[in-house]
Amino acid sequence: MTSPFEPLSIGVITFNVGLDLFPMLAATLAAVGCGVLGNFLVLRRLSLMGDAISHSVLPGLVIAFLIASTRSPLIMFAGASIAGIATVVLVELVKKLGRVEPGAAMGVVFSILFALGVLLIESAAVRHIDLDAECVLHGQLETLVWYGAPESVAELLKLSTLDAVPRQVTTLAVMATLSLAFIGVFFKELRIAAFDPDLATTQGFNATLMHFLLMIFVAAATVASFEAVGSILVIAMLVCPAATARLLTDRLAAQIGWSVAISLVCGIGGYLAATAVPAMFARDAVNAAGCISMVAGALLALAIIASPKHGVVTRFIRHKRFAQRIAVEDLLAALYRASEADIESVTPERLAAVLAGHSPSETIARAAREGLVSTHAGTIRLTASGHLAAMNIVRRHRLWEHYLVDEAGFAPDHVHSAAEQLEHVITNPPVGPDRDPHGRRIP
Amino acid sequence: MGAAPPSTLRGRSIAAISEDWPSAYQVVDTLTFQAGFNTNMVIAGTTLLGFAAGVIGVFALLRKRSLMTDALSHATLPGIVLAFLAAGWFGYQGRSLPILLLGGTVTGVIGIVCIQAILRHSRLREDAAIGIVLSVFFGAGIVGLSYIQANAAAGSAGLNTFIYGQAATMQPSDVALMGSIALAAILATLFFIKEFALVCFNDAFAQVDGWPVNTIDLIMMGLVVLVTVAGLQAVGLILVVAMLIIPAVSARFWTDRLWVLVLIAGVIGAFGGYLGSVVSALLPRKPAGAVIVICTGAMFAVSMLAAPSRGVIALALRRAHLRLRIASDHLLELAHDSGKVLLHREDIDRLSTLRGWSPLFRMLVTFSMQQRGLAQSDGNRGLTLAPTGLQRGARVARNHALWSQYLISYADIAPNHVDYSVDHVEHVLSDDLVRELEQHLAKRGIAIPAGETVSA
Repeated sequence: MTSPFEPLSIGVITFNVGLDLFPMLAATLAAVGCGVLGNFLVLRRLSLMGDAISHSVLPGLVIAFLIASTRSPLIMFAGASIAGIATVVLVELVKKLGRVEPGAAMGVVFSILFALGVLLIESAAVRHIDLDAECVLHGQLETLVWYGAPESVAELLKLSTLDAVPRQVTTLAVMATLSLAFIGVFFKELRIAAFDPDLATTQGFNATLMHFLLMIFVAAATVASFEAVGSILVIAMLVCPAATARLLTDRLAAQIGWSVAISLVCGIGGYLAATAVPAMFARDAVNAAGCISMVAGALLALAIIASPKHGVVTRFIRHKRFAQRIAVEDLLAALYRASEADIESVTPERLAAVLAGHSPSETIARAAREGLVSTHAGTIRLTASGHLAAMNIVRRHRLWEHYLVDEAGFAPDHVHSAAEQLEHVITNPPVGPDRDPHGRRIP
Repeated sequence: MGAAPPSTLRGRSIAAISEDWPSAYQVVDTLTFQAGFNTNMVIAGTTLLGFAAGVIGVFALLRKRSLMTDALSHATLPGIVLAFLAAGWFGYQGRSLPILLLGGTVTGVIGIVCIQAILRHSRLREDAAIGIVLSVFFGAGIVGLSYIQANAAAGSAGLNTFIYGQAATMQPSDVALMGSIALAAILATLFFIKEFALVCFNDAFAQVDGWPVNTIDLIMMGLVVLVTVAGLQAVGLILVVAMLIIPAVSARFWTDRLWVLVLIAGVIGAFGGYLGSVVSALLPRKPAGAVIVICTGAMFAVSMLAAPSRGVIALALRRAHLRLRIASDHLLELAHDSGKVLLHREDIDRLSTLRGWSPLFRMLVTFSMQQRGLAQSDGNRGLTLAPTGLQRGARVARNHALWSQYLISYADIAPNHVDYSVDHVEHVLSDDLVRELEQHLAKRGIAIPAGETVSA
């Protein structure tokens, strides 16, 4: 098993060309191929259709094998594609004819088909066929070991290396290239079909056809992957990278780019982690396909928490900042109203009521830092810029009150709380009347 | 389980393999609970499990949680693996089912919580959330399994039976555990059935009415978790979801009443469990889960096709019947409009071309008219209408006139636009509706078209 090629070692990560090159290549290619297709599944809320297809191609594969008694990729591909299409059609039939809820219809169809596949495999195993129900789940990356691996980098880069590439890796490379090409060539069509199928139909191409093409590609990706990396990786890669990318951007092209990058990271990172992490504790390597899906899950969790646009932390910080800004604005407005009524300062009780839960001292300090108020011996005064800002807020408040009473038909004594919220979220209105419904001047 | 020792399996000749088929005696013995204590236990336990899964599956289906159950069952794998490792660390060797199932329950519940968290804290939809939890948790479980296989001491064998299930070799104590969980789930479901029904059909009403909807929902989901976990060893975590969904979906074709639905789903599930475990006992290498799913799947196919009220065949027959009735209505109306008792062949030809009837359909229409006593065949000349046929023709013509009058005077539709829609509605006006139309039109002083009245 040992290769003459010196293993590359970077920290705990050991990379042995003979042992690791082809398995890693296979895993990464499978990850990228599935990851890029997943974008449209996630968008069209079909993630579970990928799951269903990856379960139900199994009987297609076994039946194709039993009929043709060869494992040639074309026959396998044909069997899997037929099974994939059959799944989509059967789910539709059960849904429409049986009036069954979509999720349940999918569950019924794929579990029956998968059970059929498992039974067929077990019968096929009896007939000396090299298929195994467990390999279907987690693949057989270990069979991709390169026994006659070259001894130097120069030798590795020779053309003759290509002859040593195992069939599984070639198949996966073709699958990944075709998937990327499919998404690239039909990007526009897929996009319209995903967002607005009716528009697609009026534009002169068939959204249903695009749907079936996508499903064929999912089936093909499954069958290309299952031998080497197993269906668990397929399911994870069809959903996770696309879902992660969806949290990072709002543009479809960028999302696809992100999903490819994430798939690459998952494939390479997950594969290396499968050997490196157990090695840290002096243990044998664990299943790489499972590791890759765990890395995909970890990246997704990271995106959910820390995505710059939609992450939980980002949203939390945004909310907090907004609340602080509102508190400062409320403080300014209270000071302005006090000065209107010729009261020199605002009582602490009044301030606490206005700020509703925010600490008055913190809010005053924040406003002072922004140069909006100045404090002298316990009294708070508006600075010149603070006065201007406060005037704007009160102006917005009173304009809103005016609008709500005159245009929206609210009673004058009901509009204050609504205006209190709205004053913070609009830009400056141009001009308006000079009195609010309570008869106060609008600054 | 797939990892049957390959060397012994693949080395055998075809002749040796044929001995694997059980004899007729064995089949009868197993079917009638005479195949030894262990086998009987397994069959009884799986049957009970099937019943429990069918019963609680109805509520999972009605709450649209079918696929969440799938994620739940996949998410139990890492828990099983961790429980096994933890038991090893604490010096407890070998596998103890309660500990493993407890571990599975914990991660299964964590999986569901993760789905809810993803739905709450990100903009991903339910399908993506389910797919993510399912694949990541299951991937973690696979990693754990491979870790145990590569690194742990002996005793790891058998953990992967949880993936595809293996009912035949279960220990009696394991079966007893499975059976008692199933029984408890059945009893709990029957106890809470009214509350479950309320939450399933109108949770908003239940909330307003002061019911603790969230608690009831939690109990429901908890029972689903219990049954799923109980079924792991017998059926396997990939296919246990089928035991929950398929009986419920199948039963839905037979009835619209909840009690009956629960009962039928339970019976279908029990029968699937029984048959599956019998086959699995006779052919030990057949994964029990797959056999059970195929058996229940067959019952699903029968239900979907042949159920009397909502089945596909019944539906198709009803539709065909309606089409025939409408077509014969058109012929009778034609005869009525032309004022003749004899419907000429040429007239029928003209109408079939106009309506695009195939020759076969035309034949069926005339045949069904004769069958229903609306007309008699008059040799080559056509059809002679019977009195009932004439009456029906008059009635259809009158419905046509009534409805078009109504559309013109009440719905303000232009007179030359009403004919198309009237053509559909004229066949389905009930007696009550006709009376109502007559009253409305009479109120506006619109002349009611002459013809057969309902009271006549």
